Amino acid sequence: MQFILAEKQQPKELRAVYQETLMELMKENVNVVVCDADLVNASGTTKLFETYPDRCINMGISEANMIGASCGMSLTGKIPFVHTFAPFATRRAFDQLYLSGGYQQANIRIFGSDPGFWALHNGGTHTSVEDLALTRAIPQLTVIAPADAVQFKWVLNNTVNWYGMYYFRCARKAVPDIYSDASVFEIGRGNVLYEGSDIAIFAIGEMIAEAIKAREILKVYGLSTAVIDMFTVKPLDEDLVKTVSKGKKVVITAENHSKIGGLGSAVAEVLAENPIKAPLIRVAIQDHFGEVGTQDYLKDKFGLNAEAIVNGALRALDISVSM
Amino acid sequence: MGDLKKLSAKIRLEVCKMLKHRGFGHLGGSLSIVETLSVLYGDVMKINPLNPNWEGRDWFVLSKGHAGPALYATLAVKEYFPVEMLNTLNDNSTRIPSHPDRLKTPGVDVTTGSLGQGISLAVGIAKSFRMSQKSNRVYSIVGDGECNEGQVWEAFQFAAHHRLSNLIIFIDENHKQLDGPTKDIVNPFDIKEKLEAFGFVVKRVKGNDESEIKKAVLEMFEVQDKACCIILDTVKGQGIEYFETLADNHHIRFSGESEFQLDLAIEKLKQELESEGRLCNLF
Repeated sequence: MQFILAEKQQPKELRAVYQETLMELMKENVNVVVCDADLVNASGTTKLFETYPDRCINMGISEANMIGASCGMSLTGKIPFVHTFAPFATRRAFDQLYLSGGYQQANIRIFGSDPGFWALHNGGTHTSVEDLALTRAIPQLTVIAPADAVQFKWVLNNTVNWYGMYYFRCARKAVPDIYSDASVFEIGRGNVLYEGSDIAIFAIGEMIAEAIKAREILKVYGLSTAVIDMFTVKPLDEDLVKTVSKGKKVVITAENHSKIGGLGSAVAEVLAENPIKAPLIRVAIQDHFGEVGTQDYLKDKFGLNAEAIVNGALRALDISVSM
Repeated sequence: MGDLKKLSAKIRLEVCKMLKHRGFGHLGGSLSIVETLSVLYGDVMKINPLNPNWEGRDWFVLSKGHAGPALYATLAVKEYFPVEMLNTLNDNSTRIPSHPDRLKTPGVDVTTGSLGQGISLAVGIAKSFRMSQKSNRVYSIVGDGECNEGQVWEAFQFAAHHRLSNLIIFIDENHKQLDGPTKDIVNPFDIKEKLEAFGFVVKRVKGNDESEIKKAVLEMFEVQDKACCIILDTVKGQGIEYFETLADNHHIRFSGESEFQLDLAIEKLKQELESEGRLCNLF
């Protein structure tokens, strides 16, 4: 595992990464199949459907059947990559993911796009703040929240060769670059992007950039902050959580997801089971449904930004000092 | 008694013995598909019990997974595993759980049980064979009560749209579901008309008649570019008069009269097979 942080910002849309990477994978491996549920235009996979019409299937608006049929295809050696919006990939087709997929030990990759605030003007009906909670609860299912285009590409390129159920959750749009192209990752291992001695921020996806911003602000307060990319939400890198958290004044998690059942819960479980005394602040969507809005409005409304992380840290430190 | 009738009797006997041993189980919906399983595993399906995962095999998906005992009895009679294993139904750490599990039982191709999901798996498997231009066929049995599930109709749409004639879907129309007659729970109306409206080629047959079932399957082999469905006109508890007429015959916990009748049925089936002079080595 060797990652290199990006020097320049040239963010690429993640749906473009999805299409371009799958174009290569379909060329190399005749077993790769692409399925979508009437969101081909949205996922940007039109070119795939034109280039490989025999191995790209538009399932129509029938997510339960899409997950089930894809699992069926996998039992005969196909490697389906399945896309729909995160709430439909998980909430709507949960029992299919659980039984036709996990319980049966099928072999599919699910791209649940636009989780959390990324639903934007599609609003509350299309907002998934619980997809991590749901997918984490399925035994042996690997849950990945790619941090940026480089990592998403790496994940697609590597998991194609492994057997099992994989859930990827990320935006379709561009997110800030975190890594340089040559970076190499390891499923199940978190990446310490920045070391720090006072505070540890475990973040995923678009919240990594906010964590890095928060780190700079916290410097003004004389605080040294570690930032860790926990892109594999399950299996969680428990050893890293323990190692990094030990001796910190405060541990923070940051995710574009409900505070119930996501990264914050996963980290809390590790801290609770180990002799780590640092207070935990979960920067996440509170126990609320989504709503329509711009990205800035929703991030502000849900408290998903650097300011919320900084405030959480300072609040926790005041509390810890007073204790 | 023809070969398939004999096979049906053997399967029916093993289902009864298995549930007698366990003391309870899904008798009604298991017995209604016995003749169909007999035709599939005794005649039309390409299988290799010595190598259950043989690549050239036809696949079977029991979408109405609660009829697992019927499938297990069939697989045992076809020697996928020793018939003694049938007595482990639902034991702790058994290899034959109530609903089929492909990871546990030799010969079970697909894990099913949550109704509606098996047929989606089946259409996926059939589509996969089509994509790879393989000649393997896929057979799936869906319950009429199971057709309450919306996912079933999603899968039917998919099969029809993709003209999956390499998949033969059976609907076991035994007219009853757990809580009572299907027409009283959620009226299915005319399933044949519904499937035809979906673009299927549909045949309706007596589900206790092996020769009719086989004839329908062979007719479906001639269909080139349409989805195929055979509706099985059956009754729950099929083949045993007492259980056919028993009102609550979906899942039975045997005691008193029902246990007595089950014992009678077992004896009768044994005698039928013995009188043929061709006792299988199963009892």
